[in-house]
Amino acid sequence: MDVTITSASPAPVTEREPPTTGELFTGFLWLGMIGFGGVLPLSRRMIVEKRQWLTGAEFTELLGLCQFLPGGNIINLSVAIGLQFRGVRGAFAALIGLIAMPTLVVVSLGMVYDRFQNDPHIQHMFAGLAAAAAGLLCSMAIKVAWPLRTHPIGLLIAALCFVAIAVLRLPLLPTMVVLAAIGIAVAWKWPR
Amino acid sequence: MIAVLLSLAAIFSELSLLAFGGGNTILPEMQRQVVEVHHWMTARDFSALFALAQAAPGPNMMVVTLIGWRVAGWPGVLVASLAKFGPSSIVTGLVMQVWRRFKDAPWRKAAQAGLMPVTVGLVVASAVLITEASDHEWVYVAITAIATGLTLTKRIHPLWALAFGALAGWSGIGLP
Repeated sequence: MDVTITSASPAPVTEREPPTTGELFTGFLWLGMIGFGGVLPLSRRMIVEKRQWLTGAEFTELLGLCQFLPGGNIINLSVAIGLQFRGVRGAFAALIGLIAMPTLVVVSLGMVYDRFQNDPHIQHMFAGLAAAAAGLLCSMAIKVAWPLRTHPIGLLIAALCFVAIAVLRLPLLPTMVVLAAIGIAVAWKWPR
Repeated sequence: MIAVLLSLAAIFSELSLLAFGGGNTILPEMQRQVVEVHHWMTARDFSALFALAQAAPGPNMMVVTLIGWRVAGWPGVLVASLAKFGPSSIVTGLVMQVWRRFKDAPWRKAAQAGLMPVTVGLVVASAVLITEASDHEWVYVAITAIATGLTLTKRIHPLWALAFGALAGWSGIGLP
C-alpha cells in the first residue's frame, strides 16, 4: 500500500530525489543514536539542511501537525516523513530506525541498574541521576507554565488538572476529557 | 505472563492516544498504573527507570521500553513499544491525509490553545511526582534544585546536569 501524500506539502514538490526506505532507516537510526536530551533541533538539521528531504517550510508545517497530534513529536515526525515518501513501509523503516538504538541502550542501562542494585556506590549514583532527571522535569515545567502567567483562566485549568492528577491521583482519561473540553470551549469563546 | 503483556498493551495503547503535548504529560498516569494499580515496582524504582531513560539517547519516552523490559523481559519490550508507538502513529498517518483541509480551521486553533493549560498542568504534575519519588534525602533535593537551575537557562546541555547528578550521588556527599 503506497500512500502518496505529496498534496499535503505546502510547496510543490521539486525535483529533489525522494529518500529510499533504506535511507529513511539510516537517517533516523543516526538521529536516534546522537539525539541526547531532545532530538528535535538535530532532526531539523538532518532533514532540512543535510539530507534536504523537506524544505524549511515543509518541515515546520509537518512539525505543527505532529505537535498537535498525540504521541511524541519526533516519533510522529518520523512516521509522517516515512509515510510521505515511501508509504507504510517507509513509516515503519523511519520509526524502527529511530527507536532501535535507544531501545538497546536503555535496556543495557536497565541491566546495569539491576546488576549493581546492591552496591551502595552505584545505588547512590543512580539516585543522584534520578534527582537530576527530576530537576530537568522541574525546569521544563517552569518553562511551559511561564507563558500562562498572564492568563488567569488557563492557570485555573492547569491548577485543576494538577490537583486532579498529582494530588487526587484521578485517572488521566476522564480528567483530560473534562478539562480539555473546558479549555477548548474557553479558547473558542475568547480567542487570545 | 500473557496477562501481564495484555495489561502492558492496554496501558500503553491508551497512553499513546492521550499523549497530547508530548510524552511528559503521561508520566503521572504511567506511574499510577505501574506503581499503584499493578504494583509492578515502587515509585522510587519508577523514578530510577525514568532517569535511566533520560540518560539514553533518542526520543524522550524510552522509559516505556524500560518498563516493558522490567516487567516482562524482551516480550515486554516489544509489546510496550508497539502499544506506545503504534496507535499514535496510526493516528498521525490517518490525519496527515486530511490535514490540509483543517490546518487553518478556527477550531484547530481553539483545540490547540485549549489543550495548552491541560498540558501545563500535566507537566507540572509529572515534575512534582517524579521529584517526590526521587528526593528521599536532602542531598537529592539539592541535586534536583541545582539541575533545575542549570537547565533553566538552556545554556547547559541536559546531559551535563545528569552527569553532575550521577557524580554527586556516587560521591556519597551529604548521605547519613
